[in-house]
Amino acid sequence: MTELLELVGGVLLGAGAVVVVFGGVLILRMPTFYSRVHAASVNETLAPLLILLGLACFADGRFDVLVRLGLILMFLLLTSPMSSHALAKAAYRGGLPTGQYREQQRREREGRGHSEPSEEPDA
Amino acid sequence: MTLDVLAVVLMLFLLVTAWGVLRLRDLFSAAMLLGMFSLVSAALFTIFDAVDVAFTEASVGAGISTILMLATLGLTTERETSCPAWRPVPLLAVLVTGGLLIYGTLDMPSFGDPQSPVHTYLGARYLEEEPKEIGVPNVVTAVLASYRGYDTLGEATVVFAAAIGVLLLLSDRREERDRSSARALKDHLARDDARHAPAMKNRILRVSARPMIPSILLFGLYVQFHGDYGPGGGFQAGVIMAAGVVLFALVFGLERTRRTFSANLLEAMIALGVLLYGSVGVWSMLAGGNFLDYDVLLHDPKHGQHLGIVLVELGVGITVTAVMIALFLLFAARGLDDAKGDLHLENGAS
Repeated sequence: MTELLELVGGVLLGAGAVVVVFGGVLILRMPTFYSRVHAASVNETLAPLLILLGLACFADGRFDVLVRLGLILMFLLLTSPMSSHALAKAAYRGGLPTGQYREQQRREREGRGHSEPSEEPDA
Repeated sequence: MTLDVLAVVLMLFLLVTAWGVLRLRDLFSAAMLLGMFSLVSAALFTIFDAVDVAFTEASVGAGISTILMLATLGLTTERETSCPAWRPVPLLAVLVTGGLLIYGTLDMPSFGDPQSPVHTYLGARYLEEEPKEIGVPNVVTAVLASYRGYDTLGEATVVFAAAIGVLLLLSDRREERDRSSARALKDHLARDDARHAPAMKNRILRVSARPMIPSILLFGLYVQFHGDYGPGGGFQAGVIMAAGVVLFALVFGLERTRRTFSANLLEAMIALGVLLYGSVGVWSMLAGGNFLDYDVLLHDPKHGQHLGIVLVELGVGITVTAVMIALFLLFAARGLDDAKGDLHLENGAS
């Protein structure tokens, strides 16, 4: 039973680590600001979920450890999407244009940098 | 072994972050990187089994000081003013000072050396005698609040003095005493909240912040009163509770926060904490012991020690909470000064 639990825990931890790496790569590789925020928010919700569930498998059923892990998970699931939302919303209100990647490329080619504050957000 | 590898990797992280802070000209990013630097050092402290220090570093360094730095940047400018590229004298001074500091570390005992003075003389005595003399499970708290209670009183006083200095420089109490101006400022803050606090209108932030703020305050109280048994204590608890109030101010607006935490209340709390700390010392003198000698507070020395530690930690917690909230509110309200200047002009003209 414990061996099975440890196996499951190990798989979950490994999956969490893979998600973190993918998230990190995507934050660097994604073309626009909003898609990067999206990548980061996946990284902030799925990865802790997997990692904390994996850690719970190693807790040996100790109640205090499980409660603590659960509290940490609840806190992260509540705050991370909130911070991603606040970040994207602030960028949108600050006038960072949304829209497709190619459109943004065209904009940049035309010399209208996408951080220009006076620009009204479209959509 | 694994921990050694982890420590080395984290140290490399520290180097990279520090280099990034030096290279960046964008001060907002530099402030965020400094927060990351603190978080990584907190992880390092945890690896070195110094959880109390790690806790303080995470809450103070990565948490509240990043917020205060960002609030300050909101008042000044986002970009660093560029300076001439090549200035030999400052470089020489830095090199000489740094070289001397590194030379100084050569005399230090190597890490974890059991023969080092820390481990042979006082530290060992604390570890051996603490259960008999004080009997709180967390030796760090016992050392901080009881054995070195005098030092901690000094630290609390330093926080107090620094807060007084900032209040003197930034506070506008004289203007607030002028009724009409105070009302104008209040109206202005209310209007400004409606205009500049988009978070107020943002239902997602409001809904998710509402259950979080009381939980943060509750966690602060846990850290405050659980400090004898686990990592924690007045400094960390104060910062955590202040962070809860800062979150409230960010989401629900400055005006509502100022209504709850008026300048009078905050100033009273700042003084009350240090006063409570000092009073415990005077109480122990009146009871026939030395200053801050908790043995004599109650009939049983151990009970007295417990009571004394709880009381002085409470004093530290009250002062730190109030100071952090006051600093944030002062900086945040200062950002509205331009508009307020206009208000004064209008008042003067009418």
